[in-house]
Formats: sequence, structure tokens, C-alpha cells
Amino acid sequence: MKKLSARRRHPLAALVVLIFALVVTGGLYAALAPTSSASADASQSLQVEEGKRLYQVGCASCHGLNGEGTSIGPSLVGVGSAAVDFQVGTGRMPAQQPGAQIPKKKVIYSQGQIDQMAAFVASLGAGPVVPTESQYTGGDVSKGGELFRTNCAQCHNFAGAGGALSEGKFAPSLAGTSAKHMYEAMLTGPQNMPSFPNSTLSEQNKKDIIAYVTHTTDSNTNPSYGGMTLGAIGPVSEGLFGWIFALGALIGAAIWIAARTPKAKKS
Amino acid sequence: MTSQDNMSEEHLPEAAHGHGGGPVVTKDGHFADPGLPAHEPRRTDIDEKAARRAERQVAMWFLLSMLATVAFIASYVIFKPGPTHHVYVWPIGNVAPLNFALGTTLGVSLFAIGAGAVHWARTLMSDEEHIAERHPIEATPAVREQVFADFRQGAKESGFGRRKLIRNTMIGAMAMVPLSAVVLFRDLGPLPEQKLDTTGWKAGMLLKNINTGEPIKASDVQVGSLTFAMPQDLSEDDEDFQVRIAKDALMLVRLQPGDIKDKKSATWGYQGVLAFSKICTHVGCPISLYEQQTHHVLCPCHQSTFDLSDGARVIFGPAGHALPQLQIGVDNTGNLQALGDFTVPVGPGFWERSE
Amino acid sequence: MSTHEYDSSHEEQIGHSEAGVEQKHLGEKSADWVDGRLGIYNLAKANLRKIFPDHWSFMLGEICLYSFIIIILTGVYLTLFFQPSMGEVVYHGSYVPLQGIKMSEAYKSAIDISFDVRGGLLIRQIHHWAAIVFVAAMLVHMMRVFFTGAFRKPREINWLFGFLLLFLGMFDGFMGYSLPDDLLSGTGIRFMEGAILSMPLVGTYLQMFLYGGQFPGNDIIPRFFTIHVLLIPGIMLGLLVAHLILVFYHKHTQFAGPGRTEKNVVGMPLMPVYMAKAGGFFFLVFGVIAFVSAIASVNPIWAYGPYRPDQVSTDAQPDWYMGFSEGLIRIMPGWEIRAWGHTLELGVFIPLMVFGLMFIVIAIYPFLEGWITGDKREHHILDRPRNAPVRTGLGVAWITEYIILLVGGGNDLFATHLHLSIDAITWACRILFFVGPVAAFMITKRWCMGLQRRDKDKILHGRETGTIKRLPHGEFIEVHAQLPQEELFRLTAHEQQAPTELPPAVDENGVKRKVSRAAKLRAKLSDGYFGPQSQIAKPTVEEHAELTSGHGHH
Repeated sequence: MKKLSARRRHPLAALVVLIFALVVTGGLYAALAPTSSASADASQSLQVEEGKRLYQVGCASCHGLNGEGTSIGPSLVGVGSAAVDFQVGTGRMPAQQPGAQIPKKKVIYSQGQIDQMAAFVASLGAGPVVPTESQYTGGDVSKGGELFRTNCAQCHNFAGAGGALSEGKFAPSLAGTSAKHMYEAMLTGPQNMPSFPNSTLSEQNKKDIIAYVTHTTDSNTNPSYGGMTLGAIGPVSEGLFGWIFALGALIGAAIWIAARTPKAKKS
Repeated sequence: MTSQDNMSEEHLPEAAHGHGGGPVVTKDGHFADPGLPAHEPRRTDIDEKAARRAERQVAMWFLLSMLATVAFIASYVIFKPGPTHHVYVWPIGNVAPLNFALGTTLGVSLFAIGAGAVHWARTLMSDEEHIAERHPIEATPAVREQVFADFRQGAKESGFGRRKLIRNTMIGAMAMVPLSAVVLFRDLGPLPEQKLDTTGWKAGMLLKNINTGEPIKASDVQVGSLTFAMPQDLSEDDEDFQVRIAKDALMLVRLQPGDIKDKKSATWGYQGVLAFSKICTHVGCPISLYEQQTHHVLCPCHQSTFDLSDGARVIFGPAGHALPQLQIGVDNTGNLQALGDFTVPVGPGFWERSE
Repeated sequence: MSTHEYDSSHEEQIGHSEAGVEQKHLGEKSADWVDGRLGIYNLAKANLRKIFPDHWSFMLGEICLYSFIIIILTGVYLTLFFQPSMGEVVYHGSYVPLQGIKMSEAYKSAIDISFDVRGGLLIRQIHHWAAIVFVAAMLVHMMRVFFTGAFRKPREINWLFGFLLLFLGMFDGFMGYSLPDDLLSGTGIRFMEGAILSMPLVGTYLQMFLYGGQFPGNDIIPRFFTIHVLLIPGIMLGLLVAHLILVFYHKHTQFAGPGRTEKNVVGMPLMPVYMAKAGGFFFLVFGVIAFVSAIASVNPIWAYGPYRPDQVSTDAQPDWYMGFSEGLIRIMPGWEIRAWGHTLELGVFIPLMVFGLMFIVIAIYPFLEGWITGDKREHHILDRPRNAPVRTGLGVAWITEYIILLVGGGNDLFATHLHLSIDAITWACRILFFVGPVAAFMITKRWCMGLQRRDKDKILHGRETGTIKRLPHGEFIEVHAQLPQEELFRLTAHEQQAPTELPPAVDENGVKRKVSRAAKLRAKLSDGYFGPQSQIAKPTVEEHAELTSGHGHH
């Protein structure tokens, strides 16, 4: 173990881990994917065991071999399967590098593998559970809008476009986030986002918010009636657009009006 | 040989200035004004064909405007209003067809009139420059004298300077009459009195979850979570809801007791549950960008940052003082309740505010 | 209205004067009728063929005028549907995400205008885009007037009118932005409450009187409505008319050039050229703004939701013209003085004062410069910005400050879009607030001096022709061609003032002369404006003659 942590900072360590992870991932995927329907009835303990293997390859270097946490990664005891499903399922974990905020990236695990890791982490201590579909569908859009403006818009902006937090941190855009991941984020409070447990925001409240965000961030259900959204970030982009395009075009027109018409003969 | 030729005097650079007479100079030693250059005709001035082409172009613009107006009226009739109607327009996105059609047709119909008129002016109207003289704005001394004389005469005839009683009473009357107008504005609003010092919170009032409408137990507020609360007696249907929520809105967080740096803040909470005013002390935005790992809360309006683990002290930005904290406890059923009103005024600072 | 009429107008005029005695045209008859009552012929005589000089930058003011007219036209339309009331209603309209939500009647009617009035959204967007363009155009127009020195005597008062129009236009825009009572505009009104409260002594009283009680109350929207649609536009209309009358009365300024003097104005007549050009420009402005309103969304109030004092969305910014005040307040450190039971909220009050200061310097600049130069003459020939380096530098310094504050006002968006820390941007703006304008002033002044030197060089040595010649002894030189007389005149037409000198400290009798402090300051400033460090003596004819008559050396 000591050897491992000593070599962790070797310039090639990340590469080795990455290649190793890719090989293992690919191999596991090839081995597991075809039999995914069969593995559904596999026992819970098998899930946990597979999850542990994945965990030890992809997560243990920061979160400790048994999820106890290290100086660079928090303890995962009691975070629950919902946190794993969100963090890994949106590509935030495994993290590329520690920083003010771990951004979302390409997801590198299959949902089956994520479920296995989630099962393993859930076995470490009770915590929020991955929601079932009935928990995040069927909300009321307008009620959700009101709840969104009370609880979410202060960071994520009125249209879910995201916004700045202190010291380089930010609230990400919500466009394209799946309903399940939204539910999990509210439940678990990833990174600096506060959590909204059911005692704070009831399950129905969460459904409503998800319905609103899904409605708002999809341009088919929520078209930009007036034309280009200009990023849906309020008056700053509107002002910039007005200066550059509207006033720019008008100054262009002024130049045309005042320019002398070419003379018949050029000397 | 040829290169020798090239080097003859008149090809040297100096020659370019020297010959041809040099610049014209005025008597007082400036470069003289050569005067307005002679007018040169444009093609349309001398070529009737070009002029006719320009005429047709202008007419085309005006015709285009007419067509666009017809299209505008047609769009008004054809496209339906309302949020359910939308159409994809490349590269803009999904837009309301009515707005897009009306805007583009109106834009074209107006722009075409302008373009036609300007093209007309540029190609067919005379572009000969004219000179107009300016006249000094100031009056001649004779006129000036006349005006002063008239004024003195008038002032003398009025007796304004001589009859001091009239003058003084008139000035007095004129100065006083606007007071009536000032007085009339008194009923614009009430006096401030102590209104800004208090909120709707009272001892024993339960905290109500703003999302669920339920009372809040201490166990409902988990570490890392964010809960918004309002007084039990306040409802969205109340007539004074907006005025009250503008001061009563609360933000509940729970910190590990070890993380709370400010002792007083810890004792004002209940088992690590702390209740702070949601209204920023800078200019009153509902501050609520809570970073659960740093315990910082940021204002989206001007980025004032408060440290909730340290009595909501200001750590960045333009706010002048900490967020007020509400002293809370639990009632006999375990629900969180206020132990009194805020001890300092909530929201932005003001002159009469004291701590 | 066809071009045919224009073609034959010449013959028609002749025809009229001959036949005019016997029978009058209907047009002539009605004109006579009006003249008999209003005396329009004397007005028309002076103005119908009034001369305006041609330059694109002289059209910037027209963009302001036309966007103001567009704002009034569309604004009147909006008042037909808008209900300026803070009465609470529950929405049951066509926009699903708001159904069942409580909102003010103002917000509801603004949503209805957007979705249920055909063309309502377009008119709303034209109104808003035109407002954005209006203030932007005023600023650009003002820059043109400033950098060319067009504000000098006799136009100082017109500068003040223009300044007032800018100031009122900004505030009217802010109020218009506040009226729909959406979440964004409500946040703006809340900010205003905080700003008013920060004023010492009178703050709380003003707040209570303006809002009719505690924030938000039920009065602020109807009151803003009256101010927005009646009071301020009324004053602005008056100022605008006065502004235009003065433009006509003073006649337009012009750039130096052949045939152009302080005593004339060279250009084209109002009728027909400028009627067509300026009239056409109105339609161009309206057309462009209508087109922008078709393709770009502005202020999508339905997405913001109705205002509630406990709700907020990030990216809470005012429209761009208030952005610099937003910047002022965002970069201000949180200072506060608490003493003797009172609080002075410097974190809000100082930005409020600096806001005022940034405007006051605009208003007083012409008078300040007039005092420093002591110049009492009329000026109708415009300065080239390079020939007034100090003024140009001051202008650029002001713009730099303005832009820094705009960046400060959008610090959160710069943070997210450039992946920077918001705290770092705020700190950078705090430092640049002091350093930026000074650096901008120095760079601009040096730049102007460089351009003056180049002009001088061009006059003395001619322009570079690009032709390379080899002299008999082997040296290569580039042939320079002497500038034409027009250019020589144009580049030297400006005056170069000498700095004011203080009288000798001791008079002829050996008695110490009393020099007031103001006089000393003035002499110092005058030296700053016109001393050798801020102007390059323009080449004299003698210098030119010496160089061009000499042979063999360069």
C-alpha cells in the first residue's frame, strides 16, 4: 500500500492507472454486457463483489480501499447508492484531478458497472438510494417552477443555465441532465451543492422541480419565443448583442448614407 | 546609360516638391485654403442610362416594402399567437412563428423604404456641395445697448427696485407657495418609525418549511442540506405576504457542532441547526447560494459572501455586516420555533439602524 | 412620389413662376393659408435649403432621435394592454409553466401581451431593443461630440441638454425594465430600495414615501408607470426639441478641409438631400430594430417568473446602461460605519456617490475646459482628436473606467464563461478602477502625440510613394511626394494655443504680485493642456520651404 501511494505521484502514474482502468473496464464490459439480462437475477452479493473490484481500481486511490476517505477524497460511508449513481453516471467521478470543482465529463462506466459500484458503496453504510422511475416522473410544471425559483434559481439561473459561485466554483447548467440524476443531486448534494432531503423538499416537490427543469431546458417544450436566447443569461448578453449587432448595423447604415457616391471619372 | 538618365535632377525626390510652384501660402504664413474643389459629376449625372437604372433600383426598394407590408398583414392573419405554437428556424432555434414572421416582414418593409430613399438621394439628387454663411450668435453692441436700456426702463416703470415693500412681500409669497406642493406629498407613504427594526417573528412562533408548508423538526435539517422557512402564521394567500416575506424569509442549515466557530451563533441555534435571515444585508437580495462544503453563502446580486460557520460574518463583497441570526429552540413536540424576533434589523443597512 | 417628379421638377418650377399669378395650385393655396396664420414662409426660407455637412459620425444623433421615436410609438401601444397594478391574481392563461401561480396584474398583463396579443411580443421586443440601442447611441453620439470638441462655445448648453437626455434616458430605461414585475425586475427594485436606504438622514423617509410603505408595498409599479410613461418622456421630449432647435440655430459643425471655415458651413441642402437621407434613416433604424426583434429574444419575462422577495435568479443584472453602476457596487468592499446608534452603509453609499460623480464630470467638462483655455470664441470647425491629446486622453480614461465597471458588473458571467474565479475578477476590477484610467490617459496622450508627429512628418516630407530610387553614389531612397494643397491646409488648419502664463511674481515696482490660487491652478492646467509635452508644434511654412528648397540633403 505504501509503495502504491509513493508511486501515486509519479508522472506516469495517471497514465498507468488510466490504461489499467480502460483495460479492466473494457474487459469487464465485454464479459458482462452480453449477460446483463442474466445478471439481473444474480444475487445482491455478487453485485457488491463486482462493485468492489471496480471500486478498488477506479476509486480507491482517492477514497481509500474501503471507502474510508483520504486527504484528497471524502469518505463514502453513508453517501448511499444515489451519490455513486450521480457522480459516476454524470462522469464527474472518477475525477481527473482535484480542484475547486470536479466538472462533468464523458461517462466511462456502463450503467451496469455503475450499479455494481453503487451497490458496493451502499453496503458500506446506509444512505440515499437510487430512485425508481416513479419517484421522478409525473410532476407539475408550474408548481415546479415556483419551487425552482425558491430553491434552485439562485445558483442555476432562471433557465437552468448555471451560474458562478465563489473562488472559481460554479453551478453547472442543467440542460441535458437526466431526471434521475437531478433527483439524485437534490437528494445527495454533490460537491458544494446543498442537499435537499425529503424533509426539506418532499418527493412530490422534487418531481415538480424535475418536471419544470425538463420542460424548461428542452427547446421543444420551451421554445425561445422571441428569437435567439443569447444564452438565457439575462441582460448582459442582450446588451452585448445590442451594441455589436443592432448599433453596429445602424452605424454601418450611417456610413453608407454619408459616404460620397463614386464620381464618374477617376483621375 | 538608362540608369544615369533616371538619376537626372527632376527625378530626385526633392524635385517633386520644388517644381510646380510649391504650396500656396497666406500672408500671415499659413498654408492657404485652396477653396472648395470643383464639383465632379457622378455617372448618374451624365449617363441617362445609369440614371434610369438607379431610378429602377429605388422603385424596386419601394416595391419590396409594399410586398413586405402585404406579407406582414398576411402573417398577422395566418399565424396563431400563444405559447403552443413554435417553429424551428435555422440558425435561430425554436421560435414563435408569429413573432418571427411579423418582425421580419415589418423589418423589411421599413428598411426598404429607408434604403430606397437613401439610394435615391445618393444617386439621383444633386450632390453638389453648397456653402452657407454663418452669422455670429452674439448681438451687435447697438442691439445689446438697446436691450439693456429697455430693461432699465421697464424695471424703472415697475418700481420694483424702489418699492421695497412690494418686492419683499412678492419674493416671500413666491417662495412660500411651493410649500403647499411639498406638503401635498406627505401622504405618499408612512413615516419609517420602527418599521424596519422588526419582523414578523415572535417568541414561540413555529418555523414552517416554505416548500412543504409543514413545521420543521431539528432532525429534518441534515448536515449539508439547505432549508427555507417562514413564520407559521404566514401564508402565500395573505394580503401582506410580499411585504412580510421580504423580511421574514429564513435560511436553515445544520453544521457539525465542531465546525461552528462563533460561540454565540452556536448557542442561538439548536443542536447545530442555525437559522439566518435570507435577506442580504447589502441591498436585500435573497441570498442563498449556499456552498455546503465551505459553509459560505454567496449573494447572486453583488457576490457578498458570508461564512455561516462564523456567525455569518462577511468574508467578501460589498455587504457591511453579518446576516442576522434568529434564535431558535424546539417546542414540546420537537418542532423548531423562534425564541423571539431578530435582535437586529434584517436586510440592508440604513441611517437609523443600531446594533 | 416617384423619381419622375424629381426629373421634371426643374421645368415645373419655371412653369409655376410664370403661371402662378393667374391660378394657384391647391398646395400653394393651403400653404398661403397656413402662412397667413403661422408665418411659415419665413421659417421655410431659412430652413428649407439649410446646409448640413456630410459625415457618418454626424448621423449618430439621428440614431438616438429615431430610436426615441420608436420607443414612444411602441410604448404607447404597450400602454393599451399593460396594467400597472400590483394587485395579486392567479394566472390561468395560455403559458403552462405559470398556470396556477400567484402574480401581480402587471406581470400577468405583460405575459398576456407576449402570448395573447398578436404582435404584442414583437412590439415589446422592439420597445426593449430600441431602448438598448437608444442609450448606446446616445453614448456614442456623446463620444463623437466630445472627442471632436463640438461642445465648445456656442454649444455648451446643447451639451447639457444632451447630457440630461442621457441621464434621464438611463433612468427611464431602468423604470421600464422594472415595470413587468418579473423576478429580475423585482430584484432591481429591491436593489433600489437598498440604495435609497443607504442615504444618511433621509434614506428611510425617502424609501417609505417612494414605495408607499415597506418594500415592496403596492404602489411602486403604478408610480413608476406614471414616471416612466409620462413624467420623464415629457421632460425628454422637451429637451429633445430644444436640442434640435439649437442644432438648427447654431448650424452644424464641420471638419476642417478646403473651403471650410469658421464662418461657413459646407454640405448639402435639407430639401431634398437631407430630407431623403435623414427621413430614410428613420426607416432604416426602425427596420433594423424590428428585424433584431424578430431574431433575438430580449427580456423573456415568462422565463423569469413573477417577483417574490424571497426568490432570486443568478445573473441578476440590470440592462447594460445601468451595468456600470452594478459594477461600482459589486467591486466596492463592504465598508460600514456604525457609531452613536447610526449606520452609514458605505458599501452602498460610496458607489452611489461615484455614480453621480461619473455623470457630473460629463456635465461640467465643457465649462472646465473653457475655463482652462480661457477661449471665448465660437468654434465651428471640429478638432481632430489627436490635436487635443489631453482632452482625448481624458475621454478615453472615462470610457476605460466605464468599461472596467461594466466588466465588474458582469463579473459572474465572466467567471463562468472564462473559467475564472469571481473573487479574482472582482479584485482585478478593484485595482483597475484606479490604475486603468490613468494608464489609458497616458497611453492615449502618447498615441496622439505620435499621430501629431506623423502629420508633421507628412507635411514636411510628403507622403511615401512606395517608389525606391537609387542615387548615383549608391544610396537607396524612397521617393516622397508632396502633399496636395488641400491636405497641407487640412492638416494645419487647427490652432495651437499657448499655455496661459502667470504674470511675473514681482511687478515693475518690485512689489510682490498677488496671484490667486485659482489662477495658479489654471496656469498649471493650461500648461498641461498646451505645454510642449502635450502638443507638437505644427510645421510652419518656413520649415516646409527650407526643406523643399534645399538640395542634396534630406
